[in-house]
Amino acid sequence: MAWKNELATRNLRTSVGGKPILRGVSLSIRPGEIHAVMGPNGSGKSTLCHALAGDPNFKTEGTASLDGKDLLGMDISERSRAGLFLSYQTPPAVPGVSVANYLRTIYNAARAPKPPISIAEFERVVKKEMGALRMDEAFLDRYLNEGFSGGEKKRCETLQMALLQPKYVLLDEIDSGLDVDALRIISHDILRLRKERGFGVMVVTHYARILKFLKPDFVHVLHMGKLIRSGNAALAARIEREGYDKIIGDGSR
Amino acid sequence: MNKKNEASPGAIRKISDSLDAYRENIRNPPKFSYRVGEKGLSEKIVREISASKGEPEWMLQKRLFSYRVFKTKPIPTWGPDLSGLNLDDITNYVRPEGKKNARSWSEVPDYIKNTYERLGIPQAERQILGGVAAQYDSEVFYHSIQKRLEEQGVIFCGMDQAVQEYPELVKPKFMTTCVPAGDNKFSALHGAVWSGGSFLYVPKGVKVEQPLQIYFIMNYPQYGQFEHTLIMTEEDSSVNYIEGCTAPHYETASVHSAVVEIFAGKHSRVRYTSVQNWSKNVYNLNTKRAIVQAGAVMEWIGGTLGSGVTMLYPCSVLAGEGARADHLTIALAGEGQVKDGGAKVIHLAPDTHSTVISKSISRGGGIARYRGLVKVKKGCYGCSAHVRCDGLILDSSSGSDTVPRMEIEENDVQIGHEATVGRISAEQLLYLRSRGISEEEATRLIIAGFVEPVVKQLPLEYAVEINRLIEMEMEGL
Repeated sequence: MAWKNELATRNLRTSVGGKPILRGVSLSIRPGEIHAVMGPNGSGKSTLCHALAGDPNFKTEGTASLDGKDLLGMDISERSRAGLFLSYQTPPAVPGVSVANYLRTIYNAARAPKPPISIAEFERVVKKEMGALRMDEAFLDRYLNEGFSGGEKKRCETLQMALLQPKYVLLDEIDSGLDVDALRIISHDILRLRKERGFGVMVVTHYARILKFLKPDFVHVLHMGKLIRSGNAALAARIEREGYDKIIGDGSR
Repeated sequence: MNKKNEASPGAIRKISDSLDAYRENIRNPPKFSYRVGEKGLSEKIVREISASKGEPEWMLQKRLFSYRVFKTKPIPTWGPDLSGLNLDDITNYVRPEGKKNARSWSEVPDYIKNTYERLGIPQAERQILGGVAAQYDSEVFYHSIQKRLEEQGVIFCGMDQAVQEYPELVKPKFMTTCVPAGDNKFSALHGAVWSGGSFLYVPKGVKVEQPLQIYFIMNYPQYGQFEHTLIMTEEDSSVNYIEGCTAPHYETASVHSAVVEIFAGKHSRVRYTSVQNWSKNVYNLNTKRAIVQAGAVMEWIGGTLGSGVTMLYPCSVLAGEGARADHLTIALAGEGQVKDGGAKVIHLAPDTHSTVISKSISRGGGIARYRGLVKVKKGCYGCSAHVRCDGLILDSSSGSDTVPRMEIEENDVQIGHEATVGRISAEQLLYLRSRGISEEEATRLIIAGFVEPVVKQLPLEYAVEINRLIEMEMEGL
C-alpha cells in the first residue's frame, strides 16, 4: 500500500526488447531524504531513473507511485507535472531553441492550469534562480545544451530543477564528466534546493566520490537489476574501500 | 533575453490582430470592378498594356522583344511539374480603378485602403518604416518615402513611374545585363507583360537606416502578377528592402512571375527580404539576381510559405574583388505544395565569399527540394563558399531532397557543403516531454529551433507570421 508522502516502487521490473534489466526493485523515498543507488556498470542504475521518469522505451511491470498516485499509468510529461524531475546524464542539444524560451515554456507548463506568466515576470523569476546558482545571465541567450561543457549541462539541469519545483528528484550520474570543484558546486546547489524546497532525492552513481558532498541518508547497492544491499553512508565508504566485487559477493551469498 | 525579435506581448498581440484581419480579408475578399485585359498573350495585348501606361517607345520595344523570346522558349521540364499551368488562360494585366501612384494615403481608393488598414500597414509605416509601397494586383497605389531620404537623393517609387521619370537610370539596367528577357521562359513572359513593382535608387554614400517595405496583394482570379523590382545602390551606400506577398484563395490557378534585379555598387550593402504567402493555387515562378561589385555585400533573406509550385533560386554574381553574398531561406511545403528553391552564387572575382543556409519543412505530402549552384571561375583565387541545407520531414507522405551543383575551376578556394534531411529526433522529443510539456508543444519548439537561424533575421511581423503558420500546420499532425 502506497504512503501519502513518498516516491515508492514495489517489485519494479523493466525490460527492453524482451531483455530484462530491472528484476524487482522496491524503494521508498520520503520528502527531504537523499537515497544513493550505487552499482557497477550495467547494473541497471540509469534504467531505474529513466523507467521511473517514464521513458516509453522501457516496458515496465510492478508498481510505482508518487504521493499515492500511480506513476506507471502516466506518460513522461504527466509524471513531470506530477512532481518528478530527472536530471539527465547527457541531455541532448536542441539547436535554435534559446535557454530563455525553453525555460519559460516548461515553467508555464508546470504552472498549468494557472495562466502562463509574462515574459517580464518570468525574467524576474529566472534571474533570481540564476543568481542563487551563480549563473551568468548570458546563458539565457544560448541554444539549449548546444556546445555546453559537461559542467554547464549539469548546471542547466539544476536550474530547471529549481524552476519546476519538483517533489522528487532523480539524479542520473550527475558526477560524470565533472571535476571535483564542479562536483562540490553542484552538490552544494542541490543540497540548498533540497533544504529550501524539501524534495526527496534519488542519486544513482558508480562512484562514492559525490556522496562525500551529498551525504545520503540511505545507500543501496544495485546488482543485476536488484537491490542487494541497503545501509547508510558507511556502505558507500565500504564500497569505495573494498570495491563492488566484495559487496556483491557478500550480498549474493 | 533581449533577442532582436522578441517583443513585448502587447506588440505581438497587435501584430496577431492585424494578421487576423488579413486572414479575414483572404476569406472574404472585397468586391470591386476591374478593367481586365484579355486572357492569354498576343502582340496586341502587349501593345495594349504598354499604350495604357503611356510608355516610351524603348519600353514597348523591350516588351515586344521579350514576347518574341517567350514564344520560342519551351516551358522548363527539369524542375517541378508545371503541366497544370495554362498560360493561355491567365489574365496578364489587371488594373483596379483608382488613381495610381497616389502619394498621400487619402488619395487611395477606399476598398484598397481598407485592406491595408486591416493589415495595419499605414500604422507600421508611421512607426517603423522608412517608406512603404503597396501593390494591389497590377498597379502600385501608394508610395511614400520619408522626406529626409528624398532630400538625400534616394528614389523609391513605383516601377512604372520610374520608367517615365528616370529613364536615364532605368533604361540601361532594365532587363539588360542582370536578368535579360532570354534568361528563361518566365523572365521572357515577365518582360512582355510586367506591371508594377518598385524602383529603388540609393546615391553614393547614403545609408538608409530604416527598412523600405512593399506589400503585394493579388486579388483577382486567374490572374498573373508580374511586378518588377530594380534596386541600384551606388558606392558606399546601404539599404534594407523588404517585400511581403499575399493572395486570397481562388479555385483557378494564378501565376506570379516577378523579376528582381539588384545592382550593388562598390562597397555597398543590400539586404533584400521577401516573404511570400500566396494562396496554394499560385504558381510562383520568379527570377531574382544581384550583380555584386567589389567589396559589396548582398544579403538575400527569403521565406516561401504559400503558393502551390514555387521555383525560386536567387542568384548572386560576385563580380568584383572582395564581394560577398549571404543567402538565407526557409521554405514550408505543406499539402499540395512543391517548393523547388535554392541559391546560385557565381564567383567571378578573386577573394569573393558566399554562404548559403537553406531550411525546409515538409509535411502533409509536401515536397521541398534544395536546388543550388556554386560556381567559381578559373583564376578566382582565395574564394570561399559554404552551403548548408537542412530538410525536416514531419510525416511519411512528405519528401525532401537536395540537388546541389558545384562547378569549381580554381584550386585555391575553400568550398563546403553540408546537407541533412531527417525527422524530428526522438531523443530531443523525449527530453523536452520529460519537462512536462506535451508532444505537440515539444515538436513545435524543435521546429521553431530548426528555423531559428533564418527566422531571427526576419522583421518581427514576419517572424511572428512564420511561427503562427508552423502552429497552424502542426494542428493536423
